[in-house]
Amino acid sequence: MANENELNIRETEKQEIAETGAERTRSRLAFVPRTDIYETNEAIVLLTDMPGVDESTLDITLENDVLTIKGYVETAYPEGYGLAYGEYRVGDYERSFTLSDKVDRNKIEATVKDGVLRLYLPKAEPSLRKIAVAAG
Amino acid sequence: MFGTSFWGPTSPWSEMERLRREMNRLFASFPTISGARVAPGYPAMNVWMNEEGAVVTAELPGIDPEKLDIAVVENTLTLSGERKPLELAEGDVYHRRERGYGKFTRSFQLPFNVEANNVQAVYEKGVLRITLPRAEADKPRKIAVKAA
Repeated sequence: MANENELNIRETEKQEIAETGAERTRSRLAFVPRTDIYETNEAIVLLTDMPGVDESTLDITLENDVLTIKGYVETAYPEGYGLAYGEYRVGDYERSFTLSDKVDRNKIEATVKDGVLRLYLPKAEPSLRKIAVAAG
Repeated sequence: MFGTSFWGPTSPWSEMERLRREMNRLFASFPTISGARVAPGYPAMNVWMNEEGAVVTAELPGIDPEKLDIAVVENTLTLSGERKPLELAEGDVYHRRERGYGKFTRSFQLPFNVEANNVQAVYEKGVLRITLPRAEADKPRKIAVKAA
């Protein structure tokens, strides 16, 4: 990379989903969205790039420990125009993460703005209990 | 591969050089699996065209549209902007960092001059769409053929 502060070419390539196990029912392209995850004292925050997705086309489910994000993109090609030069493809997004026990599952918040999904996963209160051992 | 060809003897070096050039040419024109080319810069663009003009779309998630700079000079479109990095508080740690941050600039040359006053740009759901109408003077004209 020439410059740390410059968005590089790698950013323009979307990673297509590899079929594993269950096949998708929608016969559309699907990509693995790029994601940043960071942890603060209170929560784990997830930021996912999903251009073309808004709150009505986003599906987030939590089953057992697996958080699944699905974004459906309606391909709105300009009417009356023909594609003259194409550098990127449009498709759905799908990605799953396994959550650790420390996330409070009832307080997860999700917001989407400008094609970026932000998931706020608050940490649960420590449920560790110390058991006092009495001298016999 | 080495040895004498129709055109006369060739040295292995020139043959290697020819091969190398051939490979470069092949890879440069090689489309990726489904036909999309690899973009030479950020952001990747799709260009749609008809006789009236062009529509350029680009995926730019999480960008402040106020800070997006779109300039059109004659037939060249220049797009530049910046995606600000996250500001993490002290003690915060990254687990994964896949999204890119930083400045970007891309220029794109269209095969016609653009009516710069009527360029429209819409940023929605992280997707930018720029409509570039073709300059009136540059539009193709039909020429009627008269019978002699």
